[in-house]
Amino acid sequence: MLAFILRRLAQAIVVMLSVAFIAFMLFQYVGDPVTSLLGQDATLEQRTQLRRDLGLDAPFPVQFSRFVGNAVQGEFGLSLRQGRKVSALIAERFPATLELALLAALIALGVGIPAGVYSALRRGRFGSQLTMTLSLLGVSLPTFLIGILLILLFSVMLKWLPSFGRGDVVTLGAWTTGFLTVDGWKHLVLPAITLSVFQLALILRLVRSEMLEVLRTDYIKFARARGLRDQAVYFGHALKNTLVPVITITGLQLGSLIAFAIITETVFQWPGMGFLFIQAVQFADIPVMAAYLCLIALIFVIVNLIVDLLYFAVDPRLRIERASGH
Amino acid sequence: MAVTPIAQTPGALARFLDGDVWYSFRSSPTAIVAAVIAFVCIFCSVFAPWVAPHNPFDLATLDLSDARLPPAWVDGGKGQYLLGTDDQGRDILSGLMYGARISLLVGFASVLLSMVVGVGLGLLSGFVGGSVDAFIMRVCDVMLSFPSILIALLIDGVGRAIFPDAHETLAFGVLIFAIALTGWVHYARMVRGSTLVERHKEYVQAARVIGVSPWRIMVRHVLPNVLGPVLVLATIQVAAAILTEATLSFLGVGVPPTSPSLGTLIRIGNDFLFSGEWWITIFPGAMLVLIALSVNLLGDWLRDALNPRLR
Repeated sequence: MLAFILRRLAQAIVVMLSVAFIAFMLFQYVGDPVTSLLGQDATLEQRTQLRRDLGLDAPFPVQFSRFVGNAVQGEFGLSLRQGRKVSALIAERFPATLELALLAALIALGVGIPAGVYSALRRGRFGSQLTMTLSLLGVSLPTFLIGILLILLFSVMLKWLPSFGRGDVVTLGAWTTGFLTVDGWKHLVLPAITLSVFQLALILRLVRSEMLEVLRTDYIKFARARGLRDQAVYFGHALKNTLVPVITITGLQLGSLIAFAIITETVFQWPGMGFLFIQAVQFADIPVMAAYLCLIALIFVIVNLIVDLLYFAVDPRLRIERASGH
Repeated sequence: MAVTPIAQTPGALARFLDGDVWYSFRSSPTAIVAAVIAFVCIFCSVFAPWVAPHNPFDLATLDLSDARLPPAWVDGGKGQYLLGTDDQGRDILSGLMYGARISLLVGFASVLLSMVVGVGLGLLSGFVGGSVDAFIMRVCDVMLSFPSILIALLIDGVGRAIFPDAHETLAFGVLIFAIALTGWVHYARMVRGSTLVERHKEYVQAARVIGVSPWRIMVRHVLPNVLGPVLVLATIQVAAAILTEATLSFLGVGVPPTSPSLGTLIRIGNDFLFSGEWWITIFPGAMLVLIALSVNLLGDWLRDALNPRLR
């Protein structure tokens, strides 16, 4: 097991280094930092001086290792558009995105798994068919359209919920949270539902098909033959065995929740990282783009690692296979 | 030498009408409905200049006093603007047709590009093997671990940074390239898998024995045999590409504003949502979903129809 973890760690480091390399290339070859700092009219001496001060005349490997060293400390320089430190900008936006993604993930899991189990057990009934049709719609509707429809229904027509911003937030040290105020929750509801719909539909369909698969197997028949109650069979035996693929997909989707938050945040003008990233793309703000890229990659890599470790906790077969030197 | 009488070899159309695929199409109501919807949408978009009731780009015909008219069946709507007008007095229905034209153009172009790249690399990976294979597959793994929309956004952003005052055609090129680059991985993996199976078959060995060059075996012998599933994937990828394009345009980093796609129309309409002019957003949105859903359903049907195990 230790060897497995070490191998995954090595892979993770390779992925991070290649992403850092892409980010570095962005800095290096897209846009000229000297021109953007000094303006077009600077003399050649000024340019050479600044180039030396910034360390841009150093050989490639030296520059790259310096870049990685800075990136590890969260240092990505100044935003070209706002003139502020990228690390400060991101730190300010990070809580908003994380809270949004967290709530969306909870909704997707909390509704998706029970609904999937339900539509597998009551297969062919009206309620189950309705659930499946709705989930097909959930997979095909683009995220921004779901957001617009929700705004139209709940903000414009019914006027129940606000449609943009975070509302009142409470500051706890470096963290700002909307979880502690009623207004914050009101602002959170629509974006969180929007972000969760696609994942919810995906989890629902996955749990359903896995459940149907498992319910056909012999050990379920055997559990029934032992006289166990339906509930024990369904939840103790069947659901447990559907969880491995569910964990994989959910884990991978958790990372993409943060990426898909870009769209949701734009629709709801949510002051998170995704909104920051979109503005950076629009204005070709390379430092912000590079920093966001590295951060997202880091989140993805960490989530993937956790997912791999969770396999061991959930599936005893894997533990035995690995232990026997497979 | 026996000459086969022409009467005994039916034409391609007759064989198709007699075949399994056509039978499965006729007996699937979903496929027929989806095909009709997709056909109508594609027809109206391709022939937009001839089918559309108005030309939304012809400034001479625009009348600002007709701006923000609701659909014809709502109070205040005019019969000549069936789905209402936007803030410039442009007919929504015509705008939809012209917009879908651009959406479809970008969608098909990027799928074509990613298919060529993906099939090529997949074939190479499966046929050559070794370190080439390992390298291509590692790249695929890394690409797959990031959501496609993120990759497209990034490439688009870089494109903007490299060409700050991009010409319109160049902006289209960057966009198509960005979407294509997110899709090729799926083709590459699929084709690699089938190529690994095909290369050990007897016909490939036979070709080797008689001295056909590896390139020729790859292109002339293996390629035609791995193309079936690619067709299904391409259908589904068209829908995905259209949605990606719409998302990028909605976010304001897609097609140039001078040639609005469905996503651009939704973005424009979004500003009028709060003043109650829902039709400016909702109709382009509905059109987008209709196209994506019908193409997806067609793809699903095609997959089942071509799958010999399900027959």
